[in-house]
Amino acid sequence: MKGRPAFPLTFPVSVLAFGYAFLYVPIAILIIYSFNDSRLVSVWSHFSTRWYGELFRNAQIGDALWLSLRVAATSATVSVVLGTFAAFAMRRMRSLAGRGVFEVLSVTPLILPEVLTGLSLLLLFVFLGQAIGWPAQRGMLTITLAHITFGMAYATVVIRARLSQLDPALAEAAADLGATPFRSFRRVTLPLLMPAIVAAWLLAFTLSLDDVVIASFVTGPGATTLPLVIFSSVRLGVSPQINALATLLVLFAACLILAASLLLRQGEVEK
Amino acid sequence: MNKPVAVRVVRPREAFLDVQKISRRFGEVAALDDVSLVVRRGEIVCLAGQSGCGKSSLLRIIAGVDRPDAGTIVLDGEEIEGAVHATPEARRIGLIFQDYALFPHLDVTGNILFGLKHFARVEAERRCNEAIERLGLQHLAKRYPHMLSGGEHQRVALARALAPSPRALLMDEPFSNLDRKLRDDIRNETLSLLRKLGTTVIMVTHDPEEALSAGDSVILMRGGRIVQSGTSSDLYDHPNSAYAAEFFCDFNKIPGVCRSGFIETPLGRSAALGRSDGEAVLYVRPQALAIGGEEGVVAKVMECRLRGEIEEITFTVAGVAQPLRRRSTERSGLEPGAQVRIHADPAGTFVF
Repeated sequence: MKGRPAFPLTFPVSVLAFGYAFLYVPIAILIIYSFNDSRLVSVWSHFSTRWYGELFRNAQIGDALWLSLRVAATSATVSVVLGTFAAFAMRRMRSLAGRGVFEVLSVTPLILPEVLTGLSLLLLFVFLGQAIGWPAQRGMLTITLAHITFGMAYATVVIRARLSQLDPALAEAAADLGATPFRSFRRVTLPLLMPAIVAAWLLAFTLSLDDVVIASFVTGPGATTLPLVIFSSVRLGVSPQINALATLLVLFAACLILAASLLLRQGEVEK
Repeated sequence: MNKPVAVRVVRPREAFLDVQKISRRFGEVAALDDVSLVVRRGEIVCLAGQSGCGKSSLLRIIAGVDRPDAGTIVLDGEEIEGAVHATPEARRIGLIFQDYALFPHLDVTGNILFGLKHFARVEAERRCNEAIERLGLQHLAKRYPHMLSGGEHQRVALARALAPSPRALLMDEPFSNLDRKLRDDIRNETLSLLRKLGTTVIMVTHDPEEALSAGDSVILMRGGRIVQSGTSSDLYDHPNSAYAAEFFCDFNKIPGVCRSGFIETPLGRSAALGRSDGEAVLYVRPQALAIGGEEGVVAKVMECRLRGEIEEITFTVAGVAQPLRRRSTERSGLEPGAQVRIHADPAGTFVF
């Protein structure tokens, strides 16, 4: 008398299949059509890699990619440094109420609609530009600053989770063995936090590379990030080049996410 | 019968570690309340008490990882707490944590070397190798903590703490994470090493047997205060309070009434010198409950259980609510339901 009627199993499996199809079929279609020879995105002619070739000859996209990578790397690095400080500050805080307020304030950018973040930052930059003359012009700097606002929030959450798992006795043991607080941080706390710091960096980097909404608010002349190029070119009609680019980006983002999750898992095994 | 008697030679020495009037509050709770103790050089002191009695807090304060609200600590003639606060890294006191706190990202050698950074490279390596050899860790030198067993963790923690030659070693429940069989071996091994090295040790434990057997003296704490301190036999044979008595032994407790130097209980009259008149409790050690003879009162055997080395018999006595336990290495041959006379041996009897 083992086994149950077949019905309860087929149902969840088909729901699961539908869910995954919903998530991944669009991406699959995009990838498949990037190898389409036709200039029309919706008509399949035959397999070709010509759009990849054209993509690599496209200077505008190349410049935009380079700008995006610089913005993403800078904002991810700053985010991780600030996020680490914030995580330590939260652990040190004695007052529960104060810590609660600080926690909410530092993760708010996660839940704030991007449109609001973008608009409010734009207003801030315009106001500052008029009041103190800085930033004189919107561009790479303002995009980077904007990306730090949410990147830092993600970094704080990730690093803090790891920090809260660290045994406080480790730092005490280091002190007892003659280590100054700085050496204890350098030699014990930081190496143990490193997987989370790298994961946070990758996360902030990916998010910055993805962002179109906030960037479109705070960008200026001559500073067009890759997502902005894609977005504006789609409005003029989709070029199959964009499919090719999107395929490469999906691949790149997938690698980063995979690396981040592997690092986090490795951190847990060590523990 | 001239058996050689082992005499513990205690050379009179001045206090090596002198802890005076330490208090520490956590919010409303007084974790330590005016605690003072003195440790001689090379002495092994057991700090005993139930969890939450303040023994770990005291250890953390002596190590310097926590600060007291009041009080002074003098180590080897140097004040390390009080008017000044020497940082933990400046104290040269080794601390072994209850769960050892080995650095998970460093191998055994790296863990030991961590505490040797202020030595020159050659000296640090010499000390590291010495520590590894002393504790027989040669085959584990390149292993990481997650690859070690509980007993190996303990030995690495000990090697790491001893390598810089600390002026004193503090151990927080160092054996409680080990399983029972391993614990006795590792404890003996550790203590004989510490005695050989002449290390001054304060060891925290909640295990009464360990407290009595491991050290030269015992300090019993409760609720942030010291209840009693002295040698093992001071505390076991002459407990100054019901708490001290019960910490080290599982007593039979028989309520009674004191009158003019005697206590009246259902077991009869026993001496209660120096007790004021009124209600009191007679504490009888399970091994001080004697059977047979004409003395005492009639008891009925409830249960008779052989527990290996000892036999435990449970009795009921008219007028005593709780059953009484007797433990003895003799075999009584009694069956449940049997009636026998029992009496309390005054040597194992206290009145509180």
